[in-house]
Amino acid sequence: MEDILFNYFPSAANIIWIILKIIAIVIPLMISVAYLTYFERKVIGYMQGRIGPNRVGYFGLLQPIADALKLMFKEIILPTKSNKFLFFLAPILTIAPAFAAWAVIPFDIGLVLADVNAGLLYILAMTSIAVYGVIIAGWASNSKYAFLGSLRSAAQIVSYEIAMGFSLVGVLMCANSLNLSQIVLGQSGGLSQWYIWPLFPLFIIYFISAVAETNRAPFDVAEGESEIVAGFHVEYSGMAFAVFFLAEYANMILVSMLAALMFLGGWLSPVEFIPDGAPWLFVKVGFLLFFFLWFRATFPRYRYDQIMRLGWKVFIPITLFWIVFIGIMMQTPYQGMFH
Amino acid sequence: MAEIKNYTMNFGPQHPAAHGVLRLVLEMDGEVIQRVDPHIGLLHRATEKLAENRTYLQSVPYMDRLDYVSMMMNEHAFVMTIEKMLDINVPIRAQYIRVMFDEITRVLNHLLWLGAHALDVGAMTVFLYAFREREDLFDCYEAVSGARMHAAYYRPGGVYRDLPETMPKFETTHKKNIKQVNKLNNNRQGSLLDFISDFTTRFPGYIDEYETLLTDNRIWKQRTVGIGVVSPERAIALGMTGPMLRGSGIEWDLRRKQPYEVYEQMKFDIPIGKEGDCYDRYLVRIEEMRESNKIIKQCIDWLRINPGPVISINNKIAPPSREEMKGDMEAMIHHFKLFTEGFHLPEGEAYAAVEHPKGEFGTYIISDGANKPYRLKIRAPGFPHLAALNEMTQGHMLSDLVAIIGTQDIVFGEIDR
Repeated sequence: MEDILFNYFPSAANIIWIILKIIAIVIPLMISVAYLTYFERKVIGYMQGRIGPNRVGYFGLLQPIADALKLMFKEIILPTKSNKFLFFLAPILTIAPAFAAWAVIPFDIGLVLADVNAGLLYILAMTSIAVYGVIIAGWASNSKYAFLGSLRSAAQIVSYEIAMGFSLVGVLMCANSLNLSQIVLGQSGGLSQWYIWPLFPLFIIYFISAVAETNRAPFDVAEGESEIVAGFHVEYSGMAFAVFFLAEYANMILVSMLAALMFLGGWLSPVEFIPDGAPWLFVKVGFLLFFFLWFRATFPRYRYDQIMRLGWKVFIPITLFWIVFIGIMMQTPYQGMFH
Repeated sequence: MAEIKNYTMNFGPQHPAAHGVLRLVLEMDGEVIQRVDPHIGLLHRATEKLAENRTYLQSVPYMDRLDYVSMMMNEHAFVMTIEKMLDINVPIRAQYIRVMFDEITRVLNHLLWLGAHALDVGAMTVFLYAFREREDLFDCYEAVSGARMHAAYYRPGGVYRDLPETMPKFETTHKKNIKQVNKLNNNRQGSLLDFISDFTTRFPGYIDEYETLLTDNRIWKQRTVGIGVVSPERAIALGMTGPMLRGSGIEWDLRRKQPYEVYEQMKFDIPIGKEGDCYDRYLVRIEEMRESNKIIKQCIDWLRINPGPVISINNKIAPPSREEMKGDMEAMIHHFKLFTEGFHLPEGEAYAAVEHPKGEFGTYIISDGANKPYRLKIRAPGFPHLAALNEMTQGHMLSDLVAIIGTQDIVFGEIDR
């Protein structure tokens, strides 16, 4: 197909080829987001002694599609005193980075849209932009609940970005590269070579920060169902609301994907006798996503100031200490442990 | 520089943590609460006024709807006041049944409180676990009175009827086959007492499940320890009762201090808190559920071996049996008079209170000798608790306010009446 394209439309071929690749990433991503919501409802349902959705299609498998259809046909209500431009910009600003970050995610050797060398930095930049969507949504709605939610969210995401960034510093020290493919290949050689072992504290902090970063329970103060009702997206309805929802779940998959790539060896097989491949990556991501759901079913919600304390007074010192520790160890004969 | 001012925020009445129709006007400095102004009356149904136009018996079901999560306890206070004014004796078996159902009701109420409180603080699963057990208890209500919530089971002079010998059973549907139904009916083969007895053996394990999720959970502790502290002196001054008072370390329980029915014969402990914060009140209520379980067990043991009448034989107050009516003119007349005119209370006034799951729930009746009260006053425990909300939330954050509303165990049916 590539040959046909390049032979018959040489001028536009490159662009069309890239667009096709983007579609090949975004469509499965959208489907996995939809079925992540289904998976969440089923998993939490069984944890709570319920069944979860089971009416639309077999085992409720068509439920996400029914939900999407319903949301599409709903009216998008624009609050009278809101800023129209910002009000509609916010959901776009939330979902765009959540999808854009996927450009540098490698699914297998060479199976990546843009194999840039500063891939890790690019992802950090993209996930940071997402917070603007939340802030603008809260601000433009001109509602006190939404405003409180966006303030909480802004403070939270900015603080946890630092802890998350520091834990990634540990990874790039080990891998000597910012390129995600290189980072994965640095972990080749079986289960024992994965970065999760030398960087275990950083992995834990990365994962907890990732939960906070995506505004998931127990860090869901920005939404705070029982406190500020729905937080920053309280005034959104219909598809505008669905876009926030999509972004949240796309971000969940993204951060799980990153954790799998950087700490759990990406597409590499844990044992020698089974070949490497993209399915390994999806299994690891699914496993990590399960934790998101498990947390949600188990933990009470933190208070806003407690989240700040945890981020600044616990996570950042630990990550700093571990980075220094790795740095020192790399100068000693034990450096092999840290590659 | 611009002047920084506090802002006002409306909390409720449509709010997931407002426990019904609570409306609060909050004065906030950022996330910190400066002043809380509760607005009530959104669920006002004029129960007290309605009772003035109905016979005493007709008012009993209204009591169910006051605090709609502890139905029989409300009835209990009302029928106790009537019995006090009539000066009649309740058969001992009826007293045991009342105590047993009071404690079942206490467990029902505390389960709902636990679930709702945990949900307010963000832990979803406890809510559904609590509702799983409430389902069994509602089945007990259903077996004994026919209604799952608004039972109208207590009557002046006793209870409506004796405990049934069979439990209602599940039937097969297109979703449930015979195997699933048999599994569900497994503990429903015997009488109601067998079913409750089975529940009391299972229940401590369930409480352990809730405690596993909450008691030692760091986040739960961070959210409740030191939140909404009430000193013992203030708790008394604010008119708090029930777990709110006991959480502050004051051992006050009407079941022990002013025993009614057969509570004197029961062996149970009264848990009290130490710090007077949300966490202590949580522990007190959890412990109360375990104590209630013990009381239910003692009642079951007694009820199994002591048959007898369950309602007064005084036919001026309690209706004669259906069988009697068929052959006896006197009984027929009594029945007719009771369900048309009702009974009259002697002139005077009386107050009787029970240890409601939420505190002291009492009714005060003034009678002018007619078949309906001249005035009925209901003392709802939630009312003074809600009044203390402003004091309890001083200097706390918005999230703590939600936790404090949860810990107060507020139900608007009784506050607005």
